Amino acid sequence: MKTFRKGLMVAVAAGALFAAAGAASAECTITLGAAVSLTGKYSTNGTHTKNGYDLAVKVINEKGGVKVGNQTCKFAVKYYDDESTPARGAELAERLIKQDGIKFMLGPYSSGLTKAIAPVTEKYKVPMVEANGASRSLFTKGYKYLFAVLSTSEQYLQSAVALTAENADKLGKKPNQITVALAMENDPFSQDIRAGVIEDAKKYGMKVVIDDKLPKELNDMTTTLTKVKALKPDMLVVSGHAKGAATAVRQIAEMKVDVPVVAMTHCDSAKIIKKFGKAAEYTLCASQWAPTLKYSDKIFGSAMDFAKLFKKTYNYDPPYQAAESAAALLVYKDAFERAGSLDPQKVRDALAKTDLMTFYGPVKFDETGKNIAKPMVLYQVLNGKYVVVAPSKWAEAKAVIPRPKWSERK
Amino acid sequence: MNKRLVSILAVVALGLLGLFGPWLFPAYVSQFSKLWLFIVLALTWDLVGGQMGYNSFGNIVFFGIGMYAAAVVQVGLYYPVAAYTAAKGGGTEFVFDAAQFYTGLAVGLPVGGVIAALVALLLGSLILGMRGHYFAIATLGLAVAAGELASGWEFIGAGSGMVTPTPPDSIDTTILFYYLSFALAAVTFGFLAWLYSTRYHLAINAIRDDEDKAEAMGHRTTRNKIIAWALSAFFLGIAGGIYGNISKFIDPIDVAFNGAEIGVWMILMAILGGMGTLWGPVIGAAVFYITKELFWTFLLGWQRVALGALIVIIVVFFPQGIVGWLKERWPEIFGPTEEEMEAADARKGS
Amino acid sequence: MNNLSLLINAPIFNIQLLLDGLWIGAIFALAAFGMALVWGVMNIINVAQGEFVILGGFITLLAMQFGLPPLAGIPIAAVVLFILGWGLYRLVIWRIVDADMFISLLATFGISIMLQQLMNEIFGSDVRTAESNLGISYLFDNMVTVPHIKALAFVLAFVIGFGLWLFLKRSRMGQAIRATAQNARAARILGIDTDRVYAATYAINAALCGAAGALVVMAYSIHPYMGLPYTIRSFMIVILAGLGNLVGVIASGLGLGVAEQFAGFLLGTEFQLAFVFLLLVVVLVWRQWRLAQRRQYLK
Repeated sequence: MKTFRKGLMVAVAAGALFAAAGAASAECTITLGAAVSLTGKYSTNGTHTKNGYDLAVKVINEKGGVKVGNQTCKFAVKYYDDESTPARGAELAERLIKQDGIKFMLGPYSSGLTKAIAPVTEKYKVPMVEANGASRSLFTKGYKYLFAVLSTSEQYLQSAVALTAENADKLGKKPNQITVALAMENDPFSQDIRAGVIEDAKKYGMKVVIDDKLPKELNDMTTTLTKVKALKPDMLVVSGHAKGAATAVRQIAEMKVDVPVVAMTHCDSAKIIKKFGKAAEYTLCASQWAPTLKYSDKIFGSAMDFAKLFKKTYNYDPPYQAAESAAALLVYKDAFERAGSLDPQKVRDALAKTDLMTFYGPVKFDETGKNIAKPMVLYQVLNGKYVVVAPSKWAEAKAVIPRPKWSERK
Repeated sequence: MNKRLVSILAVVALGLLGLFGPWLFPAYVSQFSKLWLFIVLALTWDLVGGQMGYNSFGNIVFFGIGMYAAAVVQVGLYYPVAAYTAAKGGGTEFVFDAAQFYTGLAVGLPVGGVIAALVALLLGSLILGMRGHYFAIATLGLAVAAGELASGWEFIGAGSGMVTPTPPDSIDTTILFYYLSFALAAVTFGFLAWLYSTRYHLAINAIRDDEDKAEAMGHRTTRNKIIAWALSAFFLGIAGGIYGNISKFIDPIDVAFNGAEIGVWMILMAILGGMGTLWGPVIGAAVFYITKELFWTFLLGWQRVALGALIVIIVVFFPQGIVGWLKERWPEIFGPTEEEMEAADARKGS
Repeated sequence: MNNLSLLINAPIFNIQLLLDGLWIGAIFALAAFGMALVWGVMNIINVAQGEFVILGGFITLLAMQFGLPPLAGIPIAAVVLFILGWGLYRLVIWRIVDADMFISLLATFGISIMLQQLMNEIFGSDVRTAESNLGISYLFDNMVTVPHIKALAFVLAFVIGFGLWLFLKRSRMGQAIRATAQNARAARILGIDTDRVYAATYAINAALCGAAGALVVMAYSIHPYMGLPYTIRSFMIVILAGLGNLVGVIASGLGLGVAEQFAGFLLGTEFQLAFVFLLLVVVLVWRQWRLAQRRQYLK
């Protein structure tokens, strides 16, 4: 066993030498490390994440690669499967850094996994650009090597709550009379969303009347919905990754639960329109990105171009998880080119100074590493399409609030 | 080459490997820390499962309790725990200096072990009266319920999990936890080696072989069973505390009370190595852990298929385990000593 | 206890909770029939139960891709799973029939994690649902919802349970299965091919799970890694019902479903599972305590 380990180390060392030799000959490869959830609870979105990374690597390499100093480099990604468990994720991050000699990391899927991996990258001073860990608590720890291209969790449903408050008169109430029901998966991401919503609701004086935590293996939320029927809140907020969105949309329609506002996360990754058609109508969906936004860059073109390319490559519409993952690579490319070096410290410093426009939106990090330039958008499903209804700068239509009652729908 | 010599050589070799490990394989230190902990898990499971014949699915409960208890103590010595978990593992305002970190560990780990042992005493007195499958089932129920309760309890962070204290940069935690894990494995092994040389060992073996008879002979079987479970829980609790600190992030179901993975693995490792032997769990843990790591590295996307196949093959074809197989293959080296044979004969004869 | 007063003030919601509990309980019972059978006859606890259920769902989706109506998925999934069960028996299970039950637990656990990842690779990692197009009834001014597919699942659980009972009582194979369960050795002496009996038992178990899975994908949703809840519930139902007691399986399946719904409503969904499993432990401890009075024990 020991000889095996030694053999492996020799092989790794040889590989490193080989890579170094390759670098000298003006053709270099920058290998980024990533542990993503290819199996387990988060495998739906883990796959979206990986597809986003892969597509960006392919496109960037095709369009001339990364110019570091006077040499041109190509991106490559080394993947491991974290199986949707935090302990595994931390282990794999350590392995990527210490055994595979990875100097630059891409993030995993979900806040829980990012929470587990960030301490490791921080310890080894390896920069990590992540695209799928939105938890606010990631950015209160003083991490210096963590950069997130996405908006943090408290912003997800902020505009949904605000929108409900603005439209309170249409519900025949004052904002402070509005009641809110929460059905949140019991995992770090959704619990963060919950904290954000509760905070926002408090601001308007709204009252939380239902506060259910759903199990991680959730495929039935009839108990919560029965409670919703009984208490008739004005707003129902659901968060539970793809399975939460799918279950909620289906069962709300099935039980004809009449709530004036229904807001949730992960609509597009759950493909609710394709799966449930009319049942999905009028659902408000928090999204990091939308193909209809007018952002663009030189690599991918506009947001719509990215969406088309993605659809062509993977045969489904890109959920925002894929878009933000692709954006992480753009951020890296930009940082490498500005740093002009493959030294992790210099790249980190360049990352910290990022001020970049991408098809996914502007990226600019504050000192805690979160992206402060890009707002969240809020969709509503209208006539079988995701239509942006907030923020007003991007809104394509006015939100329909309240949702029509089920008995009034055709 | 007799068995004794083999054992001594193996202990010396493992000891040297453990002590100088970080120099021999600097890139694999974290993995090896976990390997030492896995050895502890397999050894403690075997104390109750292999030696006493009580197959438990619930030992993961003590692992999780130790993990949470240690983390709560580590934090609670200096900051209010509820505020810490409410801040989702603290921010820049919850800082631990080196002295605080070491004190927290020095107090937290033993407390984790003791609390786990106390819980084992309590639970044991409730369910160790059951036998065979019913005991296994009751422990399974406890394992599932424990994870669910932890993920509903706000004080320890509920479903958002809990972050163990972050030490100052000056402390090399990889090495620290490596040696802690190694020390725990060594102490557990040494303790069990001693325990298995005492009369108590015969008493719990008697429970495995024929509990009714043991009871009829005047053994205080219930007391012995509870003690064994509590001992096992004590070491498991400490292992949990260390594991939590290595993982840094404690998720109630995916890390602490991870019955579907770690809970099952500890049993598999004991079976693979050979249940009811001192060395079996050690060998089983090493072989299982290294195979698993290789699968995860080289069979991306298919690692669990391979692991599943491996599990099936292990339990179907090698139910007697590696040590059992060695004993059959080379009885002159690994077989029972004369004393043990006599004891076995006496047991059969009676 | 706001939630309690809610139920008292608006009793109509008790009906909804009760019905939802019965629906999900019926599906649990379907999955548990097979487990009771395999456990009773072969002394094997099949941990891959939940994965069989999920696989049944994926088979249904596959059948729908070929243009078959969703309901056809129920028999198709049953047949496919029957064949799979038979194959698994021939490949692995026959080797562990006589082994310690603990060995069988671990072996079937191995099979279950293999199946999980295989499904993930083959069918993809999406959360999947199917539309049964059976419609939904609304009672009491929309206050109570009855999706017909769930009601169908409920009825099917009884029909299948009755069919199984008839099969075990009347058919030659059924009698052979019962004989083997009572005393395998004696059955062999009397000329029963116990190997075949075991294969049939395991295959029937898989088929029942497959049918349950077809109903799950139409009534709820499936994902390659969401099998565990079904395994755990079947297990619990069988414990409550006792082995070889089909009526008991239905009763405790429905009871468990209803208990979970009310527990989730009253305590909050985060304590739903904890409640159920603590209940399991408490029931066992209580039974053990009763037996201990007479110097006996649970075995």
